[in-house]
Amino acid sequence: MTDSALLLLQAAADSTHAYGEFPVIGARAFVWITAEVHLMFAAFVLGVPMFAVVTEAIGIFGGDERYDRLSKEFTRLLLVAYSATAIWGAMLVFGLSTLYPRFWAYLTTIFAPSMWLYAALFFIESFTLYLYYYGWDRWKKGRAKLGHWTLGILLNVWGTIVMFIANAWLTYMMSPPRDITPTTDPTTIKLWHAIANATWMPINVHRVIANVVFGGAIVGAYASYRFLAARTDEERAHYDWMGYVGNFIAMSALIVLPFAGYWLGREIYQYDQSMGITMMGGFMSWLWVIQAFLIAVLFLTGNYYLWIGMGRIPGAERFRPYTKYLLIVLVLGAIVWGTPHTMIADSKELAAMGGSHHPFLGALGVMSAKNTAVNLMILTTFLSFLLYRRANTRPVVPWARTGTIIQGAMFAVAAGVVLFYGIRGYFVEAIVRIGFSVYQVLAVLSCIVFVTLIDILMTRGAQSLGAIRWGKMPPRSQYALFILAVTFTWLMGLMGFARSGIRQYWHVWQVMQDTSKYAATPALGYASKMISLCVLIFLSLVAFVFWLGGLAEKSTFVAGEGEQGARHVGH
Amino acid sequence: MSPRLPPAIRRYAEHPFWQAVGIVLIAYIVVVWVVPILPGSAIVPKSVVLQYMVTVLVGVLIYVSDNEERWRRFKEPIQAVLIEPRLKAVRAAALAGLTALVGLAAYGQVKTTVAAPPNLRSIHPAPPAEITFRGKTIALTGLENPLRQHPDSLSSYLAEGKRVYYQNCLPCHGDHLDGQGHFGPGFNPLPANFQDNGTIAQLTESFVFWRVAKGGPGLPREGTPWNSAMPVWEDFLTEREIWSVILFLYEQTGWKPRTWETEAGKGETGKGKGDD
Repeated sequence: MTDSALLLLQAAADSTHAYGEFPVIGARAFVWITAEVHLMFAAFVLGVPMFAVVTEAIGIFGGDERYDRLSKEFTRLLLVAYSATAIWGAMLVFGLSTLYPRFWAYLTTIFAPSMWLYAALFFIESFTLYLYYYGWDRWKKGRAKLGHWTLGILLNVWGTIVMFIANAWLTYMMSPPRDITPTTDPTTIKLWHAIANATWMPINVHRVIANVVFGGAIVGAYASYRFLAARTDEERAHYDWMGYVGNFIAMSALIVLPFAGYWLGREIYQYDQSMGITMMGGFMSWLWVIQAFLIAVLFLTGNYYLWIGMGRIPGAERFRPYTKYLLIVLVLGAIVWGTPHTMIADSKELAAMGGSHHPFLGALGVMSAKNTAVNLMILTTFLSFLLYRRANTRPVVPWARTGTIIQGAMFAVAAGVVLFYGIRGYFVEAIVRIGFSVYQVLAVLSCIVFVTLIDILMTRGAQSLGAIRWGKMPPRSQYALFILAVTFTWLMGLMGFARSGIRQYWHVWQVMQDTSKYAATPALGYASKMISLCVLIFLSLVAFVFWLGGLAEKSTFVAGEGEQGARHVGH
Repeated sequence: MSPRLPPAIRRYAEHPFWQAVGIVLIAYIVVVWVVPILPGSAIVPKSVVLQYMVTVLVGVLIYVSDNEERWRRFKEPIQAVLIEPRLKAVRAAALAGLTALVGLAAYGQVKTTVAAPPNLRSIHPAPPAEITFRGKTIALTGLENPLRQHPDSLSSYLAEGKRVYYQNCLPCHGDHLDGQGHFGPGFNPLPANFQDNGTIAQLTESFVFWRVAKGGPGLPREGTPWNSAMPVWEDFLTEREIWSVILFLYEQTGWKPRTWETEAGKGETGKGKGDD
């Protein structure tokens, strides 16, 4: 394509009526806020049904009614959240169609049929939710209950398809198929060709997992709010247990999320090298330093919650002395994970360092160190959970000692593999080093799978050292759950900005240029403020939803049926 | 704690509050004074000190509060200082000290200084897919150093690269290729240190070609402010001279250039995750 043709196209795109203006905050800020808050609500209403349906299944097949009540309580939160999702979605669509009409017309030309399907599915999804919630007490027994559970599954199916459709639009903006150029007539682009673009499936997978994490964190925050507001011990016990379940699900899904993220990052690189470098090594690389810090907060807070929780488990005192060593690994991991390769330094410091890479600490800023740190942090978190799970049991199988030794050896081998490839990575060229991360991840995942299997077999019929004293948690443990929810939400806004921002001044990467006055990629300070604002709006609305949840009807908790007998999710 | 410690010291060493104070102090000493004196090390920038200390502080707070007994004991001295009449002098000193500390921090933030403020500069901006070199279009994606296709002539290319380096690059990038040339200290940002594992070791040769050919003025707008003094070398050197000097840089430092993924249909990978 010649420069003159590009200029002509640009002039056409720049003509009047391509952009509208929104008072005070401007068009971009309006679309930014509506898109982000809509997405946060959407993640919530997709994530919560996933484990509402799982907890309902545990209730049905495990015969434990507490899980059924928990599931219903999750679902009640969804009703209001659904309306909020739809309202923010409508605001986003109105914003796009009035403020970015030319771009919106381009997208609708390609994606119109998928947009009709989207609306229809959203409608069906909403009514499935109404049936699911309002039919809860009517279809409570036998086959009717199974039918009810099927409704829950359908709710997830519709929700997931809706998300996949929306993902197609935004991933097309990032990675349109290479045969599409600025001169391609959008009416000639085949719908499936546009949908099945390079980053569509990685984003789908990443978002499904992230929604589970997010839903778990928000439910944890809800439980902590109800815990702190509880008036009776029974109520506290119930919400303590609910918070634990939410946190368990969030942390479990979090462990696999980085792998999905890695796949997405790799696909972005393979689609367009310069986009990948902008994201990881260029302008956006600073976001990863912030992200590293937030992930460290998640790991530390998640473990902290487990360690405090050990205070309410008889028998946990056996393991208490070891938590400080786990903490040391986590803090050192957080330090390495957050060490920037290119450091912020003044001219004096730069001169002393001989550049913006520290001659000694710079070694911690590269991929080998980061991968090693995060894999060891994942292993440590898993060990924390294992100790927590083991706390009030004593295995009685004859091979218990051998089993524990094998588990210990598995941890040692996994940590050894991670360290070996981490150190070896400094001595090989980049292309080989990238491959090492696969071995590290495999070592950690194998350890998690096999140690869990051994643990499940080993704790069969184990002697109990006493029931968990649900509700006997200090308030600060509940603030930890709040921190987790806020951090997850902020991370989502941050990574959303990174994903969207790497398009820079393109509506559709190298196909349709943004010629509005907001085309410049915002500075990090401005972006941080916008992300914080979105998080604040979302959490304020969620707080309102929580309050409504308590106002609309009494909690599903039934006094006198406390959670004293409830066990860990992992049992 | 070691049983050999005198009882008075042991009382402090085993108390969570003093343990916390001790850990924070030791961490500060290690980061600010010990790390810089390690062989080949340098001072740790204030931004990184702050980051490390916040992480350590969070770790310490987790340690003292993750069990009830330890948390209660940790709070004891703080509560005592706040309410006990016999500690009135300590209370007054603590309040005065805290106020002075906040005042000093505020003063440190607002006082005028002649040093340029630190800026968030991305060292490895995203390269374009292709560049125009003296009117000729060169596709950077997937491009290898063309001189490597003539292994028999490598030694002469290397000699040429060495000559080009010493005639043009030496004043800034230095005799040791470490960015410590005579003119080096006069620049901000400092000239690149090729010995560092974070510069050419992380890059493909086509990236280095782009940076040499286009210099500071050719940097993309994504990472402004750009104030690199690197000249636009395409105005002074031929394409072959630039490739030769790139050969020389890798040969002399011992680094291997980043290579492109060759797996069929996989495209390419320019730079690994988390490198920056």
